Amino acid sequence: MSEPLLEVSGLSRSFGGIAATSDVSLKISRGEIHAVIGPNGAGKTTLVALLAGELAADSGTIRFREDDITLDATPARARRGLARTFQVTSIFSEFSALENVALAAQAHTGHSFRFWKPAAEDAALRQGALEALQKVGLGDASERNAGEMSHGEHRLLEMAMALATNPVMLLLDEPAAGLGPEETTAMVGLLQELKQDKGVLLVEHDMDVVFAIADRITVMVSGKTIATGSPTEIRNDDRVRKAYLGEEG
Amino acid sequence: MSARADKSGRYWIALAGVLILFLAPLAISYWDQPFYLDVLMRLMILAIAAISLNLILGYGGMISLGHSVYIGIGAYAVGIPAYYDEYSGILQLLLALGGCGVFALITGAICLRTRGAYFIMITLAFAQMMYFTFVSIEEYGGDDGLVIYARSDFGGLLDLENNVVLYYVILGCLLLALLLVHRIVNSHFGMVIRGTKSNELRMQTVGFPTFRYQLSCYVISGMLCGLAGWLMGNFTGFISPEMMDWTRSGELIAMVILGGPGTLFGPAVGAAIFILMETVLSEITVYWHLYLGLLLILVAKFASKGFGALAGRIRGAR
Ligand SMILES: Nc1ncnc2c1ncn2[C@@H]1O[C@H](COP(=O)(O)OP(=O)(O)OP(=O)(O)O)[C@@H](O)[C@H]1O
Ligand SMILES: [Mg+2]
Repeated sequence: MSEPLLEVSGLSRSFGGIAATSDVSLKISRGEIHAVIGPNGAGKTTLVALLAGELAADSGTIRFREDDITLDATPARARRGLARTFQVTSIFSEFSALENVALAAQAHTGHSFRFWKPAAEDAALRQGALEALQKVGLGDASERNAGEMSHGEHRLLEMAMALATNPVMLLLDEPAAGLGPEETTAMVGLLQELKQDKGVLLVEHDMDVVFAIADRITVMVSGKTIATGSPTEIRNDDRVRKAYLGEEG
Repeated sequence: MSARADKSGRYWIALAGVLILFLAPLAISYWDQPFYLDVLMRLMILAIAAISLNLILGYGGMISLGHSVYIGIGAYAVGIPAYYDEYSGILQLLLALGGCGVFALITGAICLRTRGAYFIMITLAFAQMMYFTFVSIEEYGGDDGLVIYARSDFGGLLDLENNVVLYYVILGCLLLALLLVHRIVNSHFGMVIRGTKSNELRMQTVGFPTFRYQLSCYVISGMLCGLAGWLMGNFTGFISPEMMDWTRSGELIAMVILGGPGTLFGPAVGAAIFILMETVLSEITVYWHLYLGLLLILVAKFASKGFGALAGRIRGAR
């Protein structure tokens, strides 16, 4: 197998007395969907935030494409090709869908100290943004005000914004949460297409989705990883059944 | 559709406003009312200052309570050289823009490490430090300020001593400020500034190092306000630390809020309302700020997009 894209070792972060993420290690390669599952409050979002650079780690290291990025700020990580989506929608609500995605794309077209020409007339930017919107199925909604879109559309917009940055690795925090059955199927198809040339870390509660598309699964409980393995291994893991899957019957 | 009607309504009103400003000196000289030429000059200078504040406050979400410090620096850039008999317009203008740029760069780099109420307080603190610095410099009149005996000199090119010439220079600067802000806020840079106001964390997550863009915007805004200060020094022929007191900054914020933050013409409309109230009401009562306060409350409650938007709506819904 190829060198891992992302290599996390001993990553920890606590809030006050609570160890939200403690001693997490994992590897994700190109062409792989690595699912992270676990009950509410297990520390999945904290892990994503640590990887994206929004939170500083208390200890541990993060290597991305063989560089140590543990101390990199968020924008620097993004420009290396690490993109994330948010569990709680985080968009530019007063802009149109297209402007949201174009702005994300703009971050990856050199500096933005361009003061005179209207950004809206930047054909390359608009084209890229439109393609990203079409890819997630929001092609027809490009001119709509992002703040007025539905929850499902927000999930898709988050994806389009991540894609527009042309990432090497996606950190997806519950991209399918709250989607209808059809939208979920579309999202699964999209993820399968995307993993061809990228690495994907997928936080997801829907076990059908996880077991359908994950290549590897890490199970987190109370900040710790209690198991990592293929879907079959995880399904048959006693600790996992006891700690987590068992709850669902 | 209604948004578009709104917009075209606003542009027609703006065009009419510019036309009136162009022709006003003729009417004023015809009826021999030079007082109104002064009123309009002050209005336009404050409009430029408010437009510059709107760039950071309305579009960038950076609420500065120390913006009038740049009017002060710009004005002292006329007054201090004049004190040494140096009247070169080019030099004074460069000093105003350069001084404001450097002050904005240094203070902005510190202010922008903070957010929210802290940001407001630090902009205020820096401005007050500047205020008290000038109060303490006896050489330049301290509290009492300085009289400027001659306006900026541009050789045979422009004779600013002529009030009508100064008037049109101010009008030219106002149009320049509008054009500049219009281009900036719609540019790639402007999208970064507006995006950062909307959702800074998201901007960083998609890859923008937001600090350097915000700081640049802060510097541009300070320099533009320095231009207003340079004009103010020439216009009043008198400078004092009082020009940069924080209450003056508060008035600039009031203008932006009245006219509509984050709109192109809003701050100019706000400055016009402010000057109108000041001119009319201060004849009647010294407590005219009371009515300004009441108006601000009404705007905040019922027309949060300001009078600029209101005017557009009236024309657009015709
Ligand atoms: N900024 C914060 N300050 C204090 N505590 C926090 C913070 N962020 C997360 N926590 C705590 O850390 C723990 C892990 O939270 P996290 O959001 O990472 O869980 P999660 O696995 O994403 O849960 P969910 O499935 O509900 O999204 C929780 O106990 C949470 O209360
Ligand atoms: Mg979560």
